[in-house]
Amino acid sequence: MTDERLQQVSKFRRALIRPELGATAGAILVFGFFLVIAGNSGMFALQGIENWTVVSAQFAVIAVGACLLMIAGEFDLSVGSMIGFAGTIIAILSVQLGWPVWLAIISSFAICIAIGALNGFLVIRTGLPSFIVTLASLYILRGLTIWLSIRTTRQTIIGGVKEAAAGDWLAPVFGGKILTGLFTWMGQHGWIATFAQGPKAGQPVVAGVSMLVVWALALIVFGHVLLTRTKFGNWIFAAGGDAQAARYVGVPVNRVKVLMFMFTAFCACVFATCQVMEFGSAAADRGLLKEFEAIICVVIGGALLTGGYGSVIGAALGALIFGVVQQGLFFSGAESSLFRVFLGTILILAVILNTYIRRMITGER
Amino acid sequence: MSASDNAPIIEMVDIRKQFGPVIALNGVSFDVRPGECHCLLGDNGAGKSTFIKTMAGVHKPTSGEIRFLGQPMSFASPRDSMEAGIATVYQDLAMIPLMSVARNFWMGREPQRRVGPLRFMDMKQANEVTMAEMRRMGINLREPGQAVGTLSGGERQTVAIARAVYFGAKVLILDEPTSALGVRQTANVLATIDKVRKNGIGVVFITHNVRHALAVGDRFTVLNRGRTLGTAVRGQITPEELQDLMAGGQELAALEGSLGGTV
Ligand SMILES: Nc1ncnc2c1ncn2[C@@H]1O[C@H](COP(=O)(O)OP(=O)(O)OP(=O)(O)O)[C@@H](O)[C@H]1O
Ligand SMILES: [Mg+2]
Repeated sequence: MTDERLQQVSKFRRALIRPELGATAGAILVFGFFLVIAGNSGMFALQGIENWTVVSAQFAVIAVGACLLMIAGEFDLSVGSMIGFAGTIIAILSVQLGWPVWLAIISSFAICIAIGALNGFLVIRTGLPSFIVTLASLYILRGLTIWLSIRTTRQTIIGGVKEAAAGDWLAPVFGGKILTGLFTWMGQHGWIATFAQGPKAGQPVVAGVSMLVVWALALIVFGHVLLTRTKFGNWIFAAGGDAQAARYVGVPVNRVKVLMFMFTAFCACVFATCQVMEFGSAAADRGLLKEFEAIICVVIGGALLTGGYGSVIGAALGALIFGVVQQGLFFSGAESSLFRVFLGTILILAVILNTYIRRMITGER
Repeated sequence: MSASDNAPIIEMVDIRKQFGPVIALNGVSFDVRPGECHCLLGDNGAGKSTFIKTMAGVHKPTSGEIRFLGQPMSFASPRDSMEAGIATVYQDLAMIPLMSVARNFWMGREPQRRVGPLRFMDMKQANEVTMAEMRRMGINLREPGQAVGTLSGGERQTVAIARAVYFGAKVLILDEPTSALGVRQTANVLATIDKVRKNGIGVVFITHNVRHALAVGDRFTVLNRGRTLGTAVRGQITPEELQDLMAGGQELAALEGSLGGTV
């Protein structure tokens, strides 16, 4: 019908006009910026890279969950509280009650996923905005976590998880490192830096790749493939794009949404478990503001706040930007207040660019 | 064409529908045969949408009989009637503007491809079929990944129609597909209806516009305040007569005088 008005779109332009463009540009900008101002601060030496990679991976783990949920048309503001809750449950079960750590971890996952399902169920049943329902969960879970922790230990921090986890088979899946042999070997050949003295003399400065980073990569790949390559992914888009239209053609919208709430809870629990295993302790106030940071990563990544549009790769790039800016702040030793300004600027620029691109792709007016 | 070829696909006999005290339909009979376009006309509130919703399984009739391929039938849900081969394109189309044409086309019926134990959406097949089906309807898409939001109103109607046809509709119900369209776009949708009809599908075409109805219709049924005012066959009725029937006659005649025959 309109073919005579079709303009030939160049391959380059088509490759460029993608939902992730804003986040890609933001990431390049951030890396360029820190290369210039913190290039020789150690930020881009092996230890520095490990440092911001781990922080970015933390953001990425929760951003993947938040991304799929947001595309399905819902929010979960209880992610931060869920992180504190999940960690505290693991610590209470393993340290206080003496359960094996693997059982404590699995129980914590089961409880969190059930709470995620409850969130979803309440949203579907009441028809209330998920913003309100999960805001309630935010308070309930945080309060419950502090109460449980004080009730069982008189403290809000529970230590001793590392000792309890010694020899456990599941704990290293969250707290361990992989490729340690490769890193040792590279250290021996002088390809990467090694400790010169102390008890670790001769060992590489970075022992391996944290399981947190592995989890982040696995979740990103899983989320991306699920969203773009499967029938279920099509349903996620449809549920968030127009739930009624999706129902007309038989998409089980409610099931999709509840499952996405459960997945978000799963991601929060992965975050919490990795953190507990790394620190060897749980604290009731962990995860504060994480829901907010996850949503920012997702929005920098090009997702539409009202659902139906977005990209997991974009959200992962958003997490990378967040991690690099936060740690770059520390490496460059500059005035931290200025970096908030910087982060805010990146956020607004990325979102403006995203909005512009999205209008081009979807024909929104 | 033999008699059996021409037996109605769906027959609605003396359908009544009451919403509390409101009698929306008061004994309407109607049928659709393969390969015909049966137009349903009537003024605002005449009961057209209510009537096709009973046909599509959205409403249950208060009384009356629905016969599908000669068998009495009662649809419990829209899904049921869809499965039987009754596809409805509502005015809001059930299309998601943010999603691509191919993703919309296959929504709810995504083709799958097995890779070991995993099943993926077969994007290649989805894209190819979408492009081919749209081409058959006379629309050349830039690419199957193009968002529905970038299409015009008429093109969106066509995607919705193409989707229904591809998934094996025997009856295609269109609720005012041309009401929001300009002249060219309307012509395109009417041409699409003509193509669909030639494939042997029975089309129910709801419109307010007598000229649109006469352009493609084989039979015309006029509803007025929940009653049928009769069914006319193409060639047996003039546009003026049809227009009069629709507006209930007298009032329009009076109006027409004051507007100088422009209605
Ligand atoms: N769910 C309902 N509950 C109560 N009354 C209804 C309902 N649906 C329709 N009606 C009433 O039934 C009558 C017929 O409505 P209907 O929507 O079928 O008209 P229509 O012919 O499609 O009109 P239009 O041309 O404006 O679309 C109207 O008086 C309407 O108010
Ligand atoms: Mg109507």
